Amino acid sequence: MNADIFLWLVQDGVTNGAIYALLALALLLVFAVTRVIFVPQGEFITYAALSLSLLEAGRTPGTIYILAVGGLAAAAIDGYAALRERAWRRLPRIAALYIVLPLAIAFLVAWAAPRKLDQWIQVLLVLAMVVPLGPIVYRIAFQPLANASVLVLFIVSMAVHYILSGLSLVFFGGEGLRSSPFWDARFKLGVVEISAQSLFVVAASLLLIVGLWLLFEHSIYGKALRATAINRVGARLVGIPTALTGQLSFLLAAFIGAVSGILISSITTLYYDTGFLIGLKGFVGAILGGMASYPLAAAGALVLGLLESFSSFWASAFKEVIVFTSIIPMLVWLSLRSRHVEEDEE
Amino acid sequence: MNRSLAIALLAAGALGATAAHADVTVGVTLGATGPGASLGIHYKNAFQLMPKTLGGQPVKYIILEDGSDATNAGKNARKLISEDNVDVIMGSNGVPSSLQIAQVATETQTPYLCLTPINVKPDQYKWTFSVPQPTELMMSAVAEHMKKHGVKTVGFIGFSDAWGDLMYKATEHWAQKYGYKVVTNERYARADTSVTGQVLKIMAANPDAVVVGGSGTGGALPHIALVDRGYKGTIYHNHGTVNAEFIKVGGKKVEGAIAPTGPLIVPEELPASNPVKKVALDFTTRYEKSFGAGSRNAFAGYSADAVHLLGAAIPAAMKKAKPGTPQFRAALRDALEHVKNVVGTHGVYNPTPENHNGEDERARVLVRVENGKWRLMK
Repeated sequence: MNADIFLWLVQDGVTNGAIYALLALALLLVFAVTRVIFVPQGEFITYAALSLSLLEAGRTPGTIYILAVGGLAAAAIDGYAALRERAWRRLPRIAALYIVLPLAIAFLVAWAAPRKLDQWIQVLLVLAMVVPLGPIVYRIAFQPLANASVLVLFIVSMAVHYILSGLSLVFFGGEGLRSSPFWDARFKLGVVEISAQSLFVVAASLLLIVGLWLLFEHSIYGKALRATAINRVGARLVGIPTALTGQLSFLLAAFIGAVSGILISSITTLYYDTGFLIGLKGFVGAILGGMASYPLAAAGALVLGLLESFSSFWASAFKEVIVFTSIIPMLVWLSLRSRHVEEDEE
Repeated sequence: MNRSLAIALLAAGALGATAAHADVTVGVTLGATGPGASLGIHYKNAFQLMPKTLGGQPVKYIILEDGSDATNAGKNARKLISEDNVDVIMGSNGVPSSLQIAQVATETQTPYLCLTPINVKPDQYKWTFSVPQPTELMMSAVAEHMKKHGVKTVGFIGFSDAWGDLMYKATEHWAQKYGYKVVTNERYARADTSVTGQVLKIMAANPDAVVVGGSGTGGALPHIALVDRGYKGTIYHNHGTVNAEFIKVGGKKVEGAIAPTGPLIVPEELPASNPVKKVALDFTTRYEKSFGAGSRNAFAGYSADAVHLLGAAIPAAMKKAKPGTPQFRAALRDALEHVKNVVGTHGVYNPTPENHNGEDERARVLVRVENGKWRLMK
């Protein structure tokens, strides 16, 4: 291997690592706040990337049906609860958030799709379609079980993953899709050419990470999220609505997933089930970072990206083996270091 | 009294009916979901267009879903045989699944028309017939083309699964005869986000040509990466890659990609003397009418050809036994070994006891991406 190849591999590893870092942050955030190991994180990537490709082709993505039907289901659950408690005043808000908003977005997309609008508008449409899915999924699948054990939440999470990836096959089909890059430029940096798209990926990841940091440090919602993450019962005692923080964390997770999907949709061919594997690697990155701190998780994801890139050069047939085996030493270390914590000690 | 008589009569009538109309039952297991979905959907679609009578005999198709999972495929095969008493099995989209079914077919002595190119010996798998062209036959077209253009070194990059292995073996198989050397054996997965590492390794070896052992849109990723890195040699694909989606995903970057395929991809461009032309044209027209323009693909053709083969074998088997019996299954198997010149969508089949596929050079053509379309290379 010469310096040339080394630099290429580093560039590739950093680009992928940046995506994994975003996902690691999202997974860690959701886990800390709601104790859900959020397997379907990858589905947001798929939905966003494939919706963007379809919009580019002037076709209406099936995501809008998932959004509309999911919104109605969430409204039904919330509306029923409100009716039972005779809290009439909650009804207009439920209707606005879960019925009017998703339907408005759905109609807007259906109107805009055949018109092949500017790429930036398409990106905004995709965000508008995918991001609300986060809170909707939380409302339907996880909020009723907010106090269940990590294992139960994990099993529900698997079920949600299967449902979403099944729908993804129905709406997007079995073949892969790829969207055109935002900016098809390449920069020469010594011997290495860097594509504008990979710069976008790294810049967007850094921007999001800084944004998240600002959110957690300087906003009341961020502080509420942190408080819930540290101690759920304590947070509730001081008046933080934990259902709201749960929804907020899923909103952020969906947003991060959607942004990752938009970023990589022009770098690689995506299939209806690709997101799962990318999400899984984000999860491995989070574990490499000890599943505890955000900077460590991001660093772990970056290391994973590099490891993947170099192993694809040296032993491509064993790439996945190398990547997924790398968590074993970390898991051993984690389990040796931590004292055993009982599940229901809250 | 009257009522029980009526029931008895009804029961007798029902029995009589089944005995008189002994349909030939075809059991199919396919994975239209799961990792093989992109192929499975086409295989499955084709069965909607299949005739309801074959060789003058009514046919019933029972189609089960295996989710592209080998264990499920095996289970489905067992279920089809033990519960539905099928006369013949067809399936599945994926080499591991097909091997699993072949095992069940041998155990239960049921003829099996395999829809993926698995390389099994007829003396070991007496009941298995492989419908698609053997990968070696397909890749021989590529090897000939490479020899004609003076290719001496070949880089290989393929899926890290059984398909990648098959393609690597087929590429390696002709190396000696056609005077080239395979210098890399790189692997990637369909869902990989990047193949930079593998492509860099190929670029470092600098081969005259590259063979991609992927399938469908999955073949586009290494091709695009090679072009992005400035690779100038010819990039060859295989018959699994030839569909419209591949070009949709690859766009301009896959212009000039060469691949072998069955004639049914380009029936319009075949000379009128080609025996396959009529059958292939008829099938693609009907398929595209049902599933959209440009939806033609090799996989649906394999389903169609399996049914063609079955249709050719049924009359001989009917002379020996009734459908639904072990004797019929054995007769069907023997008949499948002796059918002659069965014209399918992919080629002309002449299976023998030694060769359970029976296709020849007429079953392959080379196609190239020109102006966003797969065109026959003359």
